[in-house]
Amino acid sequence: MTQQGVRRTAEQVLDLAPDASSRKAGSKLGVAGPWSGAGSGREGAVWGLCKGSGSKPYQTVVDLSDPAGPAYKCSCPSRKFPCKHALGLLLLWAGDEGAVPESESAPDWAEQWLAGRRGRAEVKKTQAAAGSAADPDAARKRAERRDQRVTAGATELERRLADLLRDGLASAERAGYGLWEETAARMVDAQAPGLAARVRELGTIPASGTGWPARLLEECALLHLLDQGWLHRDRLPDALAATVRTRLGLPTPADGPPVRDHWQVLAQYDTADAKLTTRRIWLHGADSGRTRLLLSFGAAGRAPELSLPVGMSLDAELSDHPGAGQVRATLGERHAPAAPAASRPPGTTTTRALASYGEALREDPWLDSVPVTLDAVIPVPEDTSGSWHLADADAHTALPLTPSFLARPVLWRLVALAGGAPLRVFGECGHRGFTPLTAWAEGTAAPVSLC
Amino acid sequence: MTTAPTWDDLLTTALLGTDRRTLPVDPADLAGREAPAALLDAAAVAAVRRRAGLRPGPAGPRPEPAPAETRPALPPAAAHRLTLLLADRPGGGGGRRGSTPDLTELLPQWLASANTHGYAAPPHMVPALLDAARARTDLRPAALEFAGARALWLARLNPDWRFAQRSASGGTSALPDAEDDEGIRRLWREGLFAERVALLTALRARTPSAARELLAETWAQERAEDRLMFLDSLRAGLTADDEPFLEQSLGDRSRNVRATAAELLSTLPGSALAARMARRAATCVALDHTGSAAAIVVEAPAACDPGMERDGVTARPPAGRGERSWWLGQLVEAAPLDTWPDRLGGRTPEQIVALPVTDDWQGELHAAWCRAAVRQRDARWARALLGAPSAPEAGGPGAVSLADRAKLLAALEADERAAWVAGFIAGHGLSEAFQLLGVCALPWTAPLGRAVVDALDIAREAGSYPWSFSGVMGLAERCLDPAETARLDSLLAVPDEREDASPGAGGYWAEAFQRLATTLRLRAAMVRELTPGGGA
Repeated sequence: MTQQGVRRTAEQVLDLAPDASSRKAGSKLGVAGPWSGAGSGREGAVWGLCKGSGSKPYQTVVDLSDPAGPAYKCSCPSRKFPCKHALGLLLLWAGDEGAVPESESAPDWAEQWLAGRRGRAEVKKTQAAAGSAADPDAARKRAERRDQRVTAGATELERRLADLLRDGLASAERAGYGLWEETAARMVDAQAPGLAARVRELGTIPASGTGWPARLLEECALLHLLDQGWLHRDRLPDALAATVRTRLGLPTPADGPPVRDHWQVLAQYDTADAKLTTRRIWLHGADSGRTRLLLSFGAAGRAPELSLPVGMSLDAELSDHPGAGQVRATLGERHAPAAPAASRPPGTTTTRALASYGEALREDPWLDSVPVTLDAVIPVPEDTSGSWHLADADAHTALPLTPSFLARPVLWRLVALAGGAPLRVFGECGHRGFTPLTAWAEGTAAPVSLC
Repeated sequence: MTTAPTWDDLLTTALLGTDRRTLPVDPADLAGREAPAALLDAAAVAAVRRRAGLRPGPAGPRPEPAPAETRPALPPAAAHRLTLLLADRPGGGGGRRGSTPDLTELLPQWLASANTHGYAAPPHMVPALLDAARARTDLRPAALEFAGARALWLARLNPDWRFAQRSASGGTSALPDAEDDEGIRRLWREGLFAERVALLTALRARTPSAARELLAETWAQERAEDRLMFLDSLRAGLTADDEPFLEQSLGDRSRNVRATAAELLSTLPGSALAARMARRAATCVALDHTGSAAAIVVEAPAACDPGMERDGVTARPPAGRGERSWWLGQLVEAAPLDTWPDRLGGRTPEQIVALPVTDDWQGELHAAWCRAAVRQRDARWARALLGAPSAPEAGGPGAVSLADRAKLLAALEADERAAWVAGFIAGHGLSEAFQLLGVCALPWTAPLGRAVVDALDIAREAGSYPWSFSGVMGLAERCLDPAETARLDSLLAVPDEREDASPGAGGYWAEAFQRLATTLRLRAAMVRELTPGGGA
């Protein structure tokens, strides 16, 4: 792997930061001053010594050769990951060619870690090739026990939903959030995290403003549909049964054949709760035309390891997860370093976008949205409500932007980029509206991230 | 199967509860299921159908497109730098700054440099620029110039940025054309105070006489405070043509207006007022030939007559000052400096300043000459009064205070100013230099920069702490020429602790110099990235 292939722009480096304060701290260290002995190896490693408050400088090293994303090591006591020193080192390397010279060999302290890492990666590969050595009998028994617990959870949830409908949804407004929290906790016990998340979502609806009863009925009905899908899974087609398993939050490892393509990174964004950071990366295959989602997780306070800069294109293999209408995939082998994508993904109209959502619901009725690139749309303000639409430049149709997007400052980045002219916009399109994630101004292949 | 219930039917039943309201389906369709389950079944079908059947809505009226950008795009490296500068918001962190540079301090310089090259801001960064300009008024003019027409376009859509429309180009866009005589007169008669000031200022810049004539028309009806502000706008482009109007204003009802008129007249060396003041001042100051060497003898005025008061002399002194010296100071300050060589034996300003002054009048007289030199922007007198920068009295309590010297420096050309301050620092160190450095132009000239760095090094050698010089350090980070960075190399290492030094001072100094060097390198990189064809 060559240097040129892995070198990133300052923006891409900042995207690796686990939070805003790390971004800030890292950007301050992205200058030559505090660094000494900085260097970079041909295989995609960067190292350096950063002067901190103590007498001994911190030893920082980053390995960029791993296809799963950069790995970091720093002798500082920070529990942030990557720490500000790793970010600063990458920024220095990104910004100033002379500051981090290429070098034949790394200093011992860096080399040890790099060699150890690469050794372990090899071992993993061979193990994976040899197949899992675990006892298949015990594994089956574990799976059966789990299925029984999920069944018990789904049955209980059905009872709760029936009680709610018997008393009327109006009572849900009075019952408040506690009722749902308790039910959600029971779904966690039943090892059905997908059900738990949906139940928690139900609890927030009565406080979500005008039209909440219709939204609550919809979500209750779809939750009921999911319970019934699980309870009757033996009568479902295999693909739909797999979708039900996924929606319940049961593990469904990728088993699709690897598809090699030039995968363009369309968007990357994180959502976090108290325990977990979830990173979503949308990819579009230039040859296959498929749009796929990579998920990556990090424990609280740590950024997920996988990080792919928006606007790059990967020559790599992707394997789909099972399930009807499934877009989730797992990244397999990467055949070449990432390179800037030369073009924008093809786009469509607002009408076609909603139609594709409708079609996708046939395969997976629980889908909230589908990934869509809209071609030639203009952000248009709604005078009275403060909301915005994306209107087709060549037709009198428009999609509303989702309320969560309107509440964020990136709305203005989108509006400013457009300046009242047509844009191409990638995002998630569903029953709540359209959430823009990346935009391209007319006549340029350079993406502007909106997430 | 009977007709399926509508969504509204389902919703009504769901809200009230199946115990209170029968589900609107044929009992045969229940097929043994409980009513709630049947309701959820039907609602699931309806919900998916509702979602699958979604269609786009009608598009509302589109905003007028933003004006096309004609300026060249920012080089990519410079765009990345701007992202970093805007990501570093003040307020966070706090405490000791260590050796890392303060990026927010570099944003003004970055903006000024980008504007010099005439680059266009990347459109998607305009919101961040507007936010920065909203938070820091000092950034506004440069940030708005850089953000360009798109910023104004955006500001119309977001009330948070309304300031951009107000501050844009001083509001001159709303002013009538130069030829629109009627429009000008209407705005002058009916406009708000701020609009009238803006109009007068703009008109004064275009045609000084037109502004004065406009003002004269309504002068008698204006309120005293307004008259004062309007009169002040004549300061720009003041010429002898304005003298009659100002002379008339010496009889104004308002004392402040009279004083301002007198001040303006005294900056016109050929004015009648200047001549009157020269005559009065000359009677108070004379050469004394009685001693062995020449000296100046001062005879302060015995009274403040109505003529002096009409010419702007304030009769009542502030508390703690004698009347006669108070009057003398005002007379000398308003008299043209050309008066003195003729009056004092054909001497040059230097020779005059060097003359001894009898009876302790020197402080009073020299201070008044300083004010006159500043007011009349007279470089020769400013130079004479500043004296040699290395002279002992320049750093101490001489006849001319440091504040006066800072003002006198402003009357000199930039290079001469920098050279004088460099000489001052070399002779007196940094402790008194902050005020003087503040009036020097950017970036500092090489001799001035060298003098500052050398003085910092001497302060370090002396064993003090760097935060005693944090003001000068901060200035140096912004003002030192990045070409001087190499001179700092020898100062970056942590020296061995000396016994007589303050504990830990060496480490702190090294850190402070590292930050200075880092900041300078960063500034050099910024400039390189912004230079067409020079970016990495």
